[in-house]
Amino acid sequence: MSEMESAPAAPAKIPGMDEKLLEERARETSSARRDVLFDVADLTVSYSGVPALKNVSLEIYKNYVTAFIGPSGCGKSTFIRCFNRMNDLIPTASVEGRILYHGIDLYGPEVDSVEVRKRIGMVFQKPNPFPKSIYDNVAFGPRVLGWKKNLAERVERALQQAALWDEVKNRLKDSAYSLSGGQQQRLCIARCLAVEPDVLLMDEPASALDPISTTAIEDLMHELKKDYTIVIVTHNMQQAARVADMTAFFSVDVDEEQDRRTGILVEYDQTPTIFTKPGDKRTEDYVTGRFG
Amino acid sequence: MSVAPAPGPGIGSQPRGAKVRGTLFYVVLLISVSVGFVLLFTLIADVLQKGVAYLDPILFTEPNSTNPDKAGAGPAIRGTIYMMVLLLVMVVPIGVGTAIYLEEYANRERWYNRLLELNIQNLAAVPSIVYGILGLAFLVRGLGLGRVLLAGALILTLLVLPTVIVASREAIRGVPDSIRQGAYALGATQWQVVSRQVLPAAIPGIATGSILALARAIGETAPLLLVGALTYVAVDPTLLGPFTALPVQIYQWIARPQDEFRLLAAAGIIVLLAILLTMNAFAIWLRNRYQRRW
Repeated sequence: MSEMESAPAAPAKIPGMDEKLLEERARETSSARRDVLFDVADLTVSYSGVPALKNVSLEIYKNYVTAFIGPSGCGKSTFIRCFNRMNDLIPTASVEGRILYHGIDLYGPEVDSVEVRKRIGMVFQKPNPFPKSIYDNVAFGPRVLGWKKNLAERVERALQQAALWDEVKNRLKDSAYSLSGGQQQRLCIARCLAVEPDVLLMDEPASALDPISTTAIEDLMHELKKDYTIVIVTHNMQQAARVADMTAFFSVDVDEEQDRRTGILVEYDQTPTIFTKPGDKRTEDYVTGRFG
Repeated sequence: MSVAPAPGPGIGSQPRGAKVRGTLFYVVLLISVSVGFVLLFTLIADVLQKGVAYLDPILFTEPNSTNPDKAGAGPAIRGTIYMMVLLLVMVVPIGVGTAIYLEEYANRERWYNRLLELNIQNLAAVPSIVYGILGLAFLVRGLGLGRVLLAGALILTLLVLPTVIVASREAIRGVPDSIRQGAYALGATQWQVVSRQVLPAAIPGIATGSILALARAIGETAPLLLVGALTYVAVDPTLLGPFTALPVQIYQWIARPQDEFRLLAAAGIIVLLAILLTMNAFAIWLRNRYQRRW
């Protein structure tokens, strides 16, 4: 303990972190123009009346990759599911506060959750291809939206964007389950892209994948952010540092008396700042590996 | 012996009592298995041996007769098949529809949904004779349908409906939630998620369950006797005409004093068993053919 306390207040360093990459990222983000896409204000999510995430306010910028990091149970997955109203599917979940998307409140009374999900796609932690052919997986979204024109072209384009086309172009009729885990996850990304969303939400998209597949997904994110806004939840801090322009650190607020654990947003800033000059002691402890 | 390294404590030194109990338990299990197996085998062998002589074209074409050499089960076999088709057409849509509602739409917090669930579970345990009485009172007399094939098919529908619902619910529940979430995340509506993802993925399970339920219905005698399955039907069954069914015919033959009719009954049983085993085999094939790994 005493060793830690006496440690100098020099910039925190994460083992294995690529300093150059962070500097480059800092240059990119400081020169880029920021367009607010999501404006989250005082958001609280509760399950059966018990808050799981409390009073979160932040802005998410267009064509940025924004990462949510934090220990287990800090509500980062709950938070990302607010952006496409996936929490609506859980009967006990309730959302207070507001999320403005292009200035429209996503939880407004006139907004249909189905419409929201058409524009804001989501990739899940575990690859979840449908039990259908590769082609039908990608074509599912356009089909439910009634886009029947040029379906084959649309499928091809989505698979190309997800860097999967060359691997599957000769076996489009094969079952999606014949693909490897990394390919399945890229298929799920292609499936989202086929409906031409505005935003891509990724809930720990690489946590079930091997390092090579993880690299492929991360490279893909760099490509995709030219056209899409990406929000990613990750357990892996190196991953956040590699891919994200902005990083939000969430933590758990433990209320001993009521035995309640509530997720809170601790700090939100440019990724290099979070990892090298965090403004909050809790962030520093987390990114340097002293906690969580 | 002494060269080998000394075994750790407990290894190779199972207490004698435990060993004896273990063997004893294994023997008891073997006996339990063989009771069912031997009984079934004896039954089939006995029936085959007795009935094979009467397994001729007359059995499949001719109607019943007082002369055992001329008696057949033609109308009964066709009646059974006719009823199976009707049953399938009625029970599958109702059963699957109920299962979809309960699994995908019903809010468990609501009392009426919980009541519905409790009801279905209990209905599956109601003896078939009770369904027969219900059919007689409500369909035959109450609605004035009369003792017709449709009444028989309707009562069998009620009888196996709970089984079909339970099997379909299991199949629908077996579809992982990640599939639903993936479809919702693409902007699909609830109906699109159910009709394009959940149902297609659940069809093998639903089909298997429905076939097994049908196989149960095909052997039912008691409810059909009550709704008036006759045993002397010379004409082929029609929807609103008098009818008979294979198990009813077998029942009637067995009750006759002449030995020849018992042999005829054995032949009828062979036919019934053949239909049953074919259906079960089809269900197993279907299950293996469409088995999915998520």
